[in-house]
Amino acid sequence: MNFVRKVAIIGVGNAKFGARQDVNLSELTFEAVKPAFEDAGITGKDVQFVALGSVGAWYEEALPAVVVGEYCGLTGAGLVRCEAACASGTSAFATAYFDVASGHADIAIAIGVEKMREVDTPTILELIGRAGYYFWEFHNFGITFPAYYALHATAHMAKYGTTEEDLALVSVKNHKYANMNPIAHFHREITVKDALEAPVVAWPLKLFDCCPVTDGAAAVVLASEEKVKELKIDAPVWVSGVGYSSGTANLTNRENFVGLKAAVVASERAFKQAGVGPDDVEVATVHDCFTIAEIMAYEDIGFCKKGEGAKLIREGQTEIGGKIPVNVDGGLKAKGHPIGATGCSMIYELTKQLREEAQSKQRQAPLKKYVALAHNVGGTGHYCYVTILQR
Amino acid sequence: MTSKPPTLRSRPLNLIYEIPTGKIQRFWDGIKEGKISTTKCNKCGKLFFPPVADCPTCLQSDMEWVELSTEAEIETFTHVAIMPATFQHYDPYTIAIGSLKEGVRVLAWLKGAKLEEVKVGMKVRLAPKITSEGLLTYEFTPI
Repeated sequence: MNFVRKVAIIGVGNAKFGARQDVNLSELTFEAVKPAFEDAGITGKDVQFVALGSVGAWYEEALPAVVVGEYCGLTGAGLVRCEAACASGTSAFATAYFDVASGHADIAIAIGVEKMREVDTPTILELIGRAGYYFWEFHNFGITFPAYYALHATAHMAKYGTTEEDLALVSVKNHKYANMNPIAHFHREITVKDALEAPVVAWPLKLFDCCPVTDGAAAVVLASEEKVKELKIDAPVWVSGVGYSSGTANLTNRENFVGLKAAVVASERAFKQAGVGPDDVEVATVHDCFTIAEIMAYEDIGFCKKGEGAKLIREGQTEIGGKIPVNVDGGLKAKGHPIGATGCSMIYELTKQLREEAQSKQRQAPLKKYVALAHNVGGTGHYCYVTILQR
Repeated sequence: MTSKPPTLRSRPLNLIYEIPTGKIQRFWDGIKEGKISTTKCNKCGKLFFPPVADCPTCLQSDMEWVELSTEAEIETFTHVAIMPATFQHYDPYTIAIGSLKEGVRVLAWLKGAKLEEVKVGMKVRLAPKITSEGLLTYEFTPI
């Protein structure tokens, strides 16, 4: 892949995640865009292209990019809304990246936002349950998003001996780190017992295996190498690999249910572009919308062999001090998963990690090579984006 | 405890879609006749499930309708306890993916089995069904 130009992240911002009925869609977005502008030392007038990741339907605006664009002072820039389900944020990031890499824009911003709590929980389950193939999987069978991942958990448990306790360990870890992250939805540590005794949502997944319904926004400012010099950015974080892939809409047409092929392919493509491998990665954010998803991500990315994901969590290898710290921001599980915001929030976290600016020193990953990876899945492996960042 | 922040209630939006089924109507007609049928590409021979009117490999639409076998093996399953808005009037249900000997898979409800009895690898029967609400569907039951 020969892009014309190198692209750096020069500014990031992340709104407080949580139940945010104190703000509307635009005001929530502003809480992410303003600090991203300040971080980069720019204003909306400097931005030539805006990509907004948002799934919508749970909030009232039909054209969210236009609405938040005006509110954040971005009117006039090129504008697009990107949808890749739960990977919408990274799809927006990739779109902004391609625009700068191609030489078309010098400064672009990727914004992710989701305002999910303006409707009730059964309606949210209805809308996300339809995020697969409505006609063949939802209409007659009422599949839910937890159920999609539960089908993978059952298969993984049957094939590799992964247990409900292993799944609980992912939740315990991510709640622990969320408790150190001021922007996280939850600030509460949990135990394996809490997780195992929680009510079933879609067996074998229980309440603490599932991400919460969260409102949130995140923003990432991207710039060309020339702009980085001109703006005298002292700690640019370079985008060294962007990999993408997709999976069938019908779950029945996948090769198996023990991993997500789209994540394997997206990872390979990102590593190839960056010229690094899984062993070079020193900190990662992976798409743990459900605990089984984090275990499959370890395997799909290549942090361990297929079927050995549970071993990695049992051994504590994905904690700070382990082989590869994963989701030390609390992950989707406990930081929260405002669907369209998640991808940009992953990039926010990794940018902070690579600058060694994690808000609590206890959750700062030790770095030597300064290589970070974000794995963002849309739907149940329907979309996947993997991004590699380096400093 | 802080009070609930003020909100403005939007105008309601109730969407119902009329989904065209004409090109695969034989599938739904088959259910009424007690059959589960699907399409096979007359050029490359690929068997599809769910049925499709067009082959994405050959880019052609000459399809043969074939009847599927009725025995499947459970590849994975889940038991849905927290249900979406339009399924609130049902009891919790088990969703399974079963593979058929023809090499296609089907996702459907598994009825008539207790959750603790359901296992990956279990043999089940696939059958068409007309629900008490008059909906055309298909389901697995234990053999």
